[in-house]
Amino acid sequence: MSDMTDKPGRDLSRRDFIAYLVAAPTLVAAAELSSGATPAQAAGLPTVQPVDAYDLSDLLTDAALPTSNLITVTVNSDGTASFALPRAEVGQGITTAVAQIIADQLSLTVDKVNVTLADARPELIWNQITGGSNTLHAIYKPVQGAAAAARAQLTKTAADQLGVSPSQVTLSNGQANAGNGKSIDLGALAKPAAVSQTTKVPVTANAAANANVGQPTKRIDALDIVTGKKQFAMDLTDVPDALPTMVCRPPTINATAKALKNQAQVQAMPGVSDIALIPHTKFVAGGVAVRAQTFGQCIDAIRAMDVDWGPGSVDGKSADDVKKDLIAAELPGVPTVSGITLDQRFTFHFRPGDPLETNAAVANVTADSAEVWSSLKTPVWVQEQLCTILGMSKEQVKVHVAQGGGSFGRHLFGDAAFEAASISKAMGKPVKLMWHRTDNFRQGRVHPMCTSRVRVNHLGNSVLSFEQRHTSVATDFSHGFGELLTANLATLPAANSLGYSQAIFNLSVNSPYNFGVTTQLLNEIYAYDTFNTSSVRNIYGPETRTAGELMVDQTAKAMGQDPYQFRRTYARDKRMVAVLDAVAKAGNWGRQMAPNTAQGIGVHHEYKSFGACLVEIDCTPATVNRKIQDGYSGPRVTKVVFAVDVGLPINPLGLQAQMMGGCMDGIAQALSYSLHLQDGYFLEGSWDNVGYTREWNTPPDVQVIVMDPTSDSPGGAGELGVPASMAATACAYARATGTLPTEFPINHNDPLWFDPVPTTPPIPASPVTAS
Amino acid sequence: MPSYSFILNGKKVSVDCDPNVHLLWVVRDLLGVHGPKYGCGLEVCKACTSHINGEAKQLCGILVSDLKPTDQVVTIEGLADTVKQPLHPMQQAWLDNDVAQCGYCQPGQIMAAVDLVNKAHAAGRDVSDADLDSLRNVCRCGTYPRIRQAIKAGAAAMK
Ligand code: FES
Ligand code: FES
Repeated sequence: MSDMTDKPGRDLSRRDFIAYLVAAPTLVAAAELSSGATPAQAAGLPTVQPVDAYDLSDLLTDAALPTSNLITVTVNSDGTASFALPRAEVGQGITTAVAQIIADQLSLTVDKVNVTLADARPELIWNQITGGSNTLHAIYKPVQGAAAAARAQLTKTAADQLGVSPSQVTLSNGQANAGNGKSIDLGALAKPAAVSQTTKVPVTANAAANANVGQPTKRIDALDIVTGKKQFAMDLTDVPDALPTMVCRPPTINATAKALKNQAQVQAMPGVSDIALIPHTKFVAGGVAVRAQTFGQCIDAIRAMDVDWGPGSVDGKSADDVKKDLIAAELPGVPTVSGITLDQRFTFHFRPGDPLETNAAVANVTADSAEVWSSLKTPVWVQEQLCTILGMSKEQVKVHVAQGGGSFGRHLFGDAAFEAASISKAMGKPVKLMWHRTDNFRQGRVHPMCTSRVRVNHLGNSVLSFEQRHTSVATDFSHGFGELLTANLATLPAANSLGYSQAIFNLSVNSPYNFGVTTQLLNEIYAYDTFNTSSVRNIYGPETRTAGELMVDQTAKAMGQDPYQFRRTYARDKRMVAVLDAVAKAGNWGRQMAPNTAQGIGVHHEYKSFGACLVEIDCTPATVNRKIQDGYSGPRVTKVVFAVDVGLPINPLGLQAQMMGGCMDGIAQALSYSLHLQDGYFLEGSWDNVGYTREWNTPPDVQVIVMDPTSDSPGGAGELGVPASMAATACAYARATGTLPTEFPINHNDPLWFDPVPTTPPIPASPVTAS
Repeated sequence: MPSYSFILNGKKVSVDCDPNVHLLWVVRDLLGVHGPKYGCGLEVCKACTSHINGEAKQLCGILVSDLKPTDQVVTIEGLADTVKQPLHPMQQAWLDNDVAQCGYCQPGQIMAAVDLVNKAHAAGRDVSDADLDSLRNVCRCGTYPRIRQAIKAGAAAMK
């Protein structure tokens, strides 16, 4: 039996900071972590359930260690502090959490801390990757250390200026107070506190000040958002003549444009300025690009194009073919000798990785320089690839990270940046590239289709074994996140091989129960680029946990036990028991439910965090058969209670938002959110086709419980909500209907509720409604 | 090239452009007003929702040539001015409920919410759960539960 709490040796005490005062016009402090597991240690992982001791989150944190010293906090003359976050903000609220941490150390209010997104900084190497819900886990202590060093220097400088000893100086509300009635503004200290030579300083974090960390804090960009001022890539005006640009894309996945047969006709259309054939490559989806005065004119031009297309990468293939290939590749289980075996395979269909903002980038490529703006989670890797694509050096290629309108795995890659740069180069002009929504669904990255087979062997009052054989269409790990693994796990095979994916699987997948012999294995089919894939709000979690939790319910039933009590009994960790108890109590588990309605419960452990979810579902005919114009109705989850333990919650309000969003995903993934692969393309071309959660299927009652701190460092949260809520919804559906769902989403094989838009032209006409 | 004029956020504007260009692009690409967002261009996601003569419309579905010079187009940028306040009560409700995540859908959500409440109040009733269910705006970050809370709070403040 193992206890899955973090190893105490990994929690660094305050003494572990080495901080620097950096030579600059105003006070700049930097910090790094001086100890911790080195990448070399990571190779010696235990082989059974390695996630217990060392998980993906640890790997990302350890990979960040060597360069963390470059995290800097600047104190400005206007009394504000600034920090350029080497991560992507895509809605997960990390800029707000970082502002809270800095505000506490400097005794400022959160609105006095400006957090921006750093450009690609090659010297950060692995420390600029936003992924695996890892940001706060990796940067909490370095940020705290840098800010603490700034505090110490401000205190010392204030003491000098006020003629008292540093121990008499206290910081509060943007001022340093001498205790004798004299005080000085932090802004006035910014210059005198600056150093002319970078120096090492000892650091003690201001542990007493917790005015912001742990307190519900509203997003720092909320006002800009509600007034329309927040700028996403397509709102940037840095390059005035970057004109709207779109691409005519092929009728099947990954096909190449061979020729535009009516170039003169399209070129003569209103607003059109440039046309270029963009070949499909490893980096670029490609097609026929058109640059025009407005995006509307790009759309019209694309619809008029007569293009000669080559073959795609999966022409003729449909979901049933992929399913057959998956089943054929399933790894064998361990033979059982005694007991009763429950054995079930679950199928999970492709689903979109679409944020609401489509793939978008601004690029300005000239003969000897390139500048790109896009929402990027791996900007250093993107810069490297751009150098290859453009044949330029790192000094010539500048990469800016734009605010992202969601990510869901898309921004781990630089698809839009690569394509925009290629088009800008081909046209010799700056471009503002935006994907059409229909292309974003049909040609964009998706969560890979997979099957998960679970075998549970039980005898009397014990579960003897739990085996999971997960088989998936290969996930593309060619982004920087994948490179990080090869660089840091010495035993890993080459990029994009099966071993690569298996390492990530082993670092992130677990069964949180004491079920005796537990084995979870991954196998993959196809090459990494046969389909365009990515980890869409979680890599393997939602599917492995949904299959696992459904079988937990089946096992409990076979053993005559209540699903909640059964989970409690077999839980491997007391933090898991605590979140289970919290939702069972708040959600009134076991209450009498009307026919065709039921409760379901699910748990998940990942990224040093625990989540439990209780849902109530309504599968009554009146609800299932609701008529929604052009939309999918189906069963409705009427209530969600989610309990989350992230070790140390920095911003409970933001954490609740993340769990709530995760639940909207989980519900949709269980019930209705997917892509239908048919004849080499996906049928879905609009938000009304894909079955993602909409208001009419939003649970009217959603409650998120943030557990008290259980650690001194924050675990991940961005993706934690999805697996538990998806599993709970599936379990509730099984109990409400009395049928075990084995195909997800559960409506996938129902008759289509929409007419697929044509593939030629590739995008629908813009609608015309009377004003 | 023909010229079109209308009133955008209280100010008369004129653009030279082809008659077949949709208002979303006129506003974003030609006039540089970026509050209304593109999420589909198909009148589905509602990210571009703004008000025309006080009513919620999807700018991606309206041609510039269909506007009259007296037509009032209000985007999220001009919403607060319609109540002569620094913020419209619905924007304030959004802040109070910390609704936004990435924020991409939220200009459209707020404009749709104001219209929903105006219509309910004009009919002499409060916003119901069925009204909230009728909203079609997509929020891929899944902020729907907080949107519902905020609309109820905003509606109370709009009375
Ligand atoms: S962009 Fe107008 S409704 Fe989606
Ligand atoms: S807040 Fe991101 S799409 Fe709604």
